[in-house]
Amino acid sequence: MDSEGRAIPKKFLSLVLLFLILILFAAAPRYVLPYHIISLTSIFMYITLTVSWAVFSGPTQYMSLASAAFFGIGIYISAILGKVLFLPVVIGLGGFISFLLALLVGLSSLRLKGMYFTIFTFGLSELIRHFVRWWEVNQTGTVGRWVVHVNPKVVYYVMLVIVLMTLAVSYMIKRSKFGLALRSIGQSEEAADHIGINVNAVKIVIFAISTFFMGAAGAIMATRWTYIDPSIAFNPLFSFMPVLMAIFGGIGNIYGQILGAAVLTFLADVLLTKFPYYYMLLYGIIMVIVVLFLPNGIIGLKEKILKLWTADRMRLYANT
Amino acid sequence: MGVTLLLDVVIGGLIMGGLYALIAVGLSLQYGVARVLNVSHGEFIMLGAFATYSLYTLFGINPFLSLVISGPIVFIIGFLIHRALFQRLRSSSPSMVAFEGNSLLAAFGLLFIIQNIVLLFYGPSIKGYTYLSNAVNLFEALFAVNRLVALLFAVVIGVTFYLFLVRTRLGKAIRAAAQDMNTAQLMGVDIHKVLGLCFALGAFMAGLAGSLLSMMFEITPQMGLPYTIIAIIAVVLGGLGNILGSLVGGLILGLIGNVVMYIHPGLSLIAYYIIFLLLLLIRPTGILGK
Repeated sequence: MDSEGRAIPKKFLSLVLLFLILILFAAAPRYVLPYHIISLTSIFMYITLTVSWAVFSGPTQYMSLASAAFFGIGIYISAILGKVLFLPVVIGLGGFISFLLALLVGLSSLRLKGMYFTIFTFGLSELIRHFVRWWEVNQTGTVGRWVVHVNPKVVYYVMLVIVLMTLAVSYMIKRSKFGLALRSIGQSEEAADHIGINVNAVKIVIFAISTFFMGAAGAIMATRWTYIDPSIAFNPLFSFMPVLMAIFGGIGNIYGQILGAAVLTFLADVLLTKFPYYYMLLYGIIMVIVVLFLPNGIIGLKEKILKLWTADRMRLYANT
Repeated sequence: MGVTLLLDVVIGGLIMGGLYALIAVGLSLQYGVARVLNVSHGEFIMLGAFATYSLYTLFGINPFLSLVISGPIVFIIGFLIHRALFQRLRSSSPSMVAFEGNSLLAAFGLLFIIQNIVLLFYGPSIKGYTYLSNAVNLFEALFAVNRLVALLFAVVIGVTFYLFLVRTRLGKAIRAAAQDMNTAQLMGVDIHKVLGLCFALGAFMAGLAGSLLSMMFEITPQMGLPYTIIAIIAVVLGGLGNILGSLVGGLILGLIGNVVMYIHPGLSLIAYYIIFLLLLLIRPTGILGK
């Protein structure tokens, strides 16, 4: 192939493209409607959740359903400390506490494999939800909390920064030796252990790093909802959505993850405004259809079509 | 006084435990055998509950009699869902891990679908009816008649199911599939049929439990998830793939839940989760597992 000749211009081109997209998003609040800023913020949020979920769960095939726990912790940090601390500190703390919790979870659930890990993480986020509810009812006396309001434009820019950081970290991890280690763990954990990868350390550290962004996202998104309670903050949807979005786009591919999150969030937005009563029903149907017909995601579909297309052309050549 | 409290806690626990056992056996068939971690299990309970509620309030059909109607309805729904959804996923998924992940997601979608269909028809308000709610006095401990009868029914259903599993050829096929699906297939078990049947039977058990529950508690379209969680815990408690183990697991959970309720109401769900997480960490094969 002509990789030598085109490698540099292609890289240069994608950098230019990236830069242009960045400028576009940075300038967006000046030109588009406030409503669209809010939609874009949601899209950034779900891209963050999906990509950071996939950093760990994608290559290792350990399906975590604890995203809601980390996201919710960010939300609660924001609700509790938002009034006393400076916003960037709150966001950083949201990420950091999530990181610490993830270290703990990783340390305790190392022995669990496959489905056991999945139900453990699910049980954990449900435990946290019920515990927080119990605590609020019995100790604070109220179920919900008010969160300080932040200008939607600020939320937008903060979310933009978080999503960019998530993408950068995801990209760096994938390209680094840790990414390779994660993939080999996913293929065969024993073999990875035998070739000298410190399997446990890699798993725990990457898992914890990936949750940092979920916590940070929660901390800033909380300001948008103004009122939160445990069922809003720790909604199991926040655990299931990233998985679905990653599958919908294509788990192994970062463009797939971004695409999956963006398309499904946009779709949810449209459904919610057009059919408020059937919204959840339709979403359930979409979920089932995605799993049933798009197990390799949009990216997989694209490859399939490409393959069919080239096969068609080959046949055409063969005939002529 | 001591005897009264003890009876109160133990019989109360047995009543809940009996229902949990039915629910857990249902999920055990679906997850332990058919390998579908059906997070919409509670939705089938809800369907059973709403079926009985509707039959009683609209047509005046005796709730216990309605078991004969609600059970088969839910059974058929379960069978069709397995055919249309999970059987396809099984054949399209590249590996067992992929299948388990995909079916979990599909089941989550199913949860939304079932819940919201019922929500569209019945609305979000809490529903309930009273049937046989007069109290019986057992050594000063008071119990509603419907709860005691429900316990009786749960025991009868449980024993019948046990006999089915142990004495019949089909039961043997199910047990074989639970132990080793591939070998069972090699021994001539029609695995598609057995897995479909297991899923449908799981839904059937959930439906029956839901019918019984509707006599004791108020019902809502969102009532399912806590029961699903309890079922998952009971199944893990009994050991994955160990159908009778989950029966015991359900009973134990019911008893523990009732004891915790006496110590501090509202903590029982938290207690379940803590037991569950500890159990997973310490003994993931279950208390009765190898």
